[in-house]
Amino acid sequence: MSLFLIALLPFLGALLPGLMIHAGRQACFMATFLVTGLTTVGLLVHAPAVLGGEVIQAQLNWIPSLGLNVNLFLDPLGFFFAGLILIIGLLVIVYARYYLSRQDNMGEFYSYLLLFQGAMVGIVLSDNILMLVVFWELTSLSSFLLIGFWKHLPAGRQGARMALTTTGMGGLALIGGMILLGQAGGSYDLTTLLQNREMVQASPLYIPALLLILLGCFTKSAQFPFHYWLPHAMAAPTPVSAYLHSATMVKAGLFLMARLWPVLAGTEAWTYIVCTAGLLTMVIAAFIAFFKHDLKALLAFSTISHLGLITFLLGTGTPFGVMAAVFHILNHATFKAALFMTAGIVDHEAHTRDMTRLGGLRHLMPITFMIATLASLSMAGIPLLNGFISKEMMLEEATVTTLYGSPWLVTIVATVGALFSAAYSFRFLGHTFFGPKRSDYPATPHDPGVGLWLSPALLTIPVVVLGVAPFLAEPFVKTVTAAVLGDASLVPDKYLALWHGFNLPLLMSVIAVIGGILMLLAYKPLIKAWDNTPRPEAKTIFEALVNGCGTAANRFAEGLHNGSFTRYAAIMIVTTTAVGAFAWITGTSLAQGREMLPITPPAFAGWAMLVAATLFMVRVHRNRLATLILMGIVGLIVSVGFNYFSAPDLALTQISVEVVTIILLLLALNFLPNSTPVESSPARRTRDGVIAVLGGVATTMLMYSILMSDFPTASISEYFLANSYKGGGGDNVVNVILVDFRGFDTFGEIIVLGIAALVIYALTESLLSSSVRARLLNRGYEEEQAGDAHPLMMVVLTRVMMPVVLMVGFYIFLRGHNEPGGGFISGLVVAIAVVMQYMASGFAWAERRQRYPYHGIIGAGVLVAGLTGIGSWFAGVPFLSSAFGYFRIPPMNEFELATAMAFDLGVFLAVVGAVMLSLESYSRLARRQGDETNEHAMDIDPSREVPPIGSLRTTAQKEG
Amino acid sequence: MELLVATAVGMLTASGIYMVLRLRTFPVIIGISLLTYAVNVFLFGSGRLLPNAPAVLTDGVDIYSDPLPQALVLTAIVISFGMTAVVVIVALGSWLANDDDMVDTPNADTEPDAADDQARAGAQS
Repeated sequence: MSLFLIALLPFLGALLPGLMIHAGRQACFMATFLVTGLTTVGLLVHAPAVLGGEVIQAQLNWIPSLGLNVNLFLDPLGFFFAGLILIIGLLVIVYARYYLSRQDNMGEFYSYLLLFQGAMVGIVLSDNILMLVVFWELTSLSSFLLIGFWKHLPAGRQGARMALTTTGMGGLALIGGMILLGQAGGSYDLTTLLQNREMVQASPLYIPALLLILLGCFTKSAQFPFHYWLPHAMAAPTPVSAYLHSATMVKAGLFLMARLWPVLAGTEAWTYIVCTAGLLTMVIAAFIAFFKHDLKALLAFSTISHLGLITFLLGTGTPFGVMAAVFHILNHATFKAALFMTAGIVDHEAHTRDMTRLGGLRHLMPITFMIATLASLSMAGIPLLNGFISKEMMLEEATVTTLYGSPWLVTIVATVGALFSAAYSFRFLGHTFFGPKRSDYPATPHDPGVGLWLSPALLTIPVVVLGVAPFLAEPFVKTVTAAVLGDASLVPDKYLALWHGFNLPLLMSVIAVIGGILMLLAYKPLIKAWDNTPRPEAKTIFEALVNGCGTAANRFAEGLHNGSFTRYAAIMIVTTTAVGAFAWITGTSLAQGREMLPITPPAFAGWAMLVAATLFMVRVHRNRLATLILMGIVGLIVSVGFNYFSAPDLALTQISVEVVTIILLLLALNFLPNSTPVESSPARRTRDGVIAVLGGVATTMLMYSILMSDFPTASISEYFLANSYKGGGGDNVVNVILVDFRGFDTFGEIIVLGIAALVIYALTESLLSSSVRARLLNRGYEEEQAGDAHPLMMVVLTRVMMPVVLMVGFYIFLRGHNEPGGGFISGLVVAIAVVMQYMASGFAWAERRQRYPYHGIIGAGVLVAGLTGIGSWFAGVPFLSSAFGYFRIPPMNEFELATAMAFDLGVFLAVVGAVMLSLESYSRLARRQGDETNEHAMDIDPSREVPPIGSLRTTAQKEG
Repeated sequence: MELLVATAVGMLTASGIYMVLRLRTFPVIIGISLLTYAVNVFLFGSGRLLPNAPAVLTDGVDIYSDPLPQALVLTAIVISFGMTAVVVIVALGSWLANDDDMVDTPNADTEPDAADDQARAGAQS
């Protein structure tokens, strides 16, 4: 099966359980089992090739420019982990089927489980280290869902959050570390990277990369001091604990250390950091485990301790250490998963996991007792079980490891760790199954159905087989070790064997086992001392830390962002100005190479008007109508300025936009108060004034500096000027840029414009369907009304102007490609022509004559522009490529036709529609109760016989 | 001439900022419009000032005005109309529905109330 399929299948399959649960729990279980089973088969068919030394690869470029490719590869190490994940996954799926109660949503559970499985498989198959990080994060997320599966339990939610925070933090560090590693090693692909050991270790980035990657590994694998999350994650359902927290997820950190072993290991920094963390974790966690009353808590700390053991082995940096680590990963996965499952069975049957309430279960639950005995004795390191073999290897490695200058330190620490390990294993067994039968179990315990005990029982088979005949695993362990080391010749030639003769490790084992028994016998005084010793509580510290961060963040954010718009506008302006000033002072400005143009009198006059208008506006801004008039002046001067500095297109656009903007603001002012009240204190106004002057001075200086300097590099405008006619078929470069070179941008812009108009329409609709409608309809007139609402002069004038303006718009549109003009400008001009009719004859009258809804016009515009773009596909060229040609229809002159014109038509329609829809929406608000819908275009019409206003009664009398 | 344009941009910015810092919607909208003028002229200025340089390809002419900032500003002008219209309807809605045309959330400067804190504490557990 393709590696892609192996990695994808669990993800795809994650959809199934959620659907199948409606067909019943059995169907849901079967579907999940089938998915994992299929993936497992897919993996196992690669076994002969992979174990024969072949590396299977699958590649797909994703973002090559970032070095991010979907490359997967399967070597013995990946095969080993993928096998563990999938096979233990199968057992856990079976176990969970009988473990979950009817109240639990099994479909949801299995979906999360498959998601997690896919993410884990992804980690171990990734060839690209960035890809690996992506899957790494996915395991954090999916484990969050699984730990918090019992959402109703606060402990579950808190545990899930703690796990996510800790592993997420580590994941963040890991991303940084991987990027640095890729930089140092010259590639993000593992197959290449792993060859570059010297290059990586010589790089100055090695130490930061190592620290960050180890931070990621240690948080994931719960190494001291990041071990605290794992015991709290035990709030998860037991199948999750057995799967994630013993066999797979917590091993991801170990996997990564093993995977990157060839490039990272072997240096002094690696040995010191990894060995120290591993040894500390092993001893501390084993010690704590002894005092835990909760079965799962004991197992959690024991897991942490064993992870520490493996970390230590990887940290020694010797091939023998790696071989021991690989073998112990396998052994630990088997006995620890079995133990978690037995703990779950005890909990399921006796309704408690508290060892102080248990004991004497060996008669009541013989099958469970058998499984627990084998698994826990293996954990204690008793001969004839697999835990013994790998523990002996660990002890042997410890005797030859020198740390901190002392050859004995590691030996002693390892023995102490093994001693504690034996002690808690014995306690697990003794306090649960041995001792007198009790009468006060919360529920009467008995052996469960085969569904529950089958999985742990299967797991004890390798526990015994590998314990008796370790040579069976030897070829496999050596192949995997070779894959970790990256060089088969480095694999140690020692044998995996039960008996190595009387040597130091055996003596250490004996000490550990006897010490463990003695410790259990001294349980009562020890637990008393433990209870009386004050200890830091990880959860309290964690919560205090998280809450502290939250409070600090809130205080900071609310200080800046407290709901006062003026406050953050001021903060933003001051910050921008300060940053700009900093850049100005510290940076080098552009060379001031241009001569200043002479000031002409008309330009000076325009400038004086603009300055006067802005100053005056600040002075009289409380009078809103006056402000609008001053705005108009500013807009006009800006348009004239554009024209003066050779931008006729801009001048035309600015002046037409000016007209519609003023109409729009006038319509708005119809509702808003006419004046702004005095509210701010003089001090505040002074403050605002100072900010404004600072901002103004800064912009002036920046603008002046830019205007007086030459372009620092050649401008891309040269390209547009050179290619406008050749490539776009137009002389008006601005228009060709809009409809051709940057046509896609323009396409986006008209869509934005259309959306803005629709937003206005929607908001108007929602206002009119709320209580606002009644208030609007019933509001009175504040001032006396003019006699003529629809004056004759204006109506006549606008009617006469209409065709002329339309003609102008058409003309501007047509010439746009070669002369100033184009869709934007003609759209605005035509919109103004139509708006004038509304103004002259009233909204109702004009609306009745409006044949096409403006939404439709916007839509048509976007559609025409889009179809023009798509049309170029049929010619086999990319979206929005334009074509043009010159035609001649006698007797007319030769003229040009370009597809860009069709695009410009779309722009035109969208602009007309958007402007009209916005203005129309505003006008709809303006209608009030009692307004007569005018039937006629104007109030007084000499051609009509009956005057419509104030003479209705006369009309009625006449007819009567 | 450059000095005139630079000071004009500065004046527009300064008055725009002052108006944006007012407390009612209408002056804030006017302020935003003034800032729009300032930004548009600023962008346009990045093509440098070239009076009497044609904007349209003409035979025998070497110096053209820079078309790129012009194209950028042209769309910016039209879009800013759309944005002004949206902001105005939002302001109008607030005024019509609540008789409120203040831009600040009421009591923005006081401490967030206890109910908020409780909600936050509840969400955490």
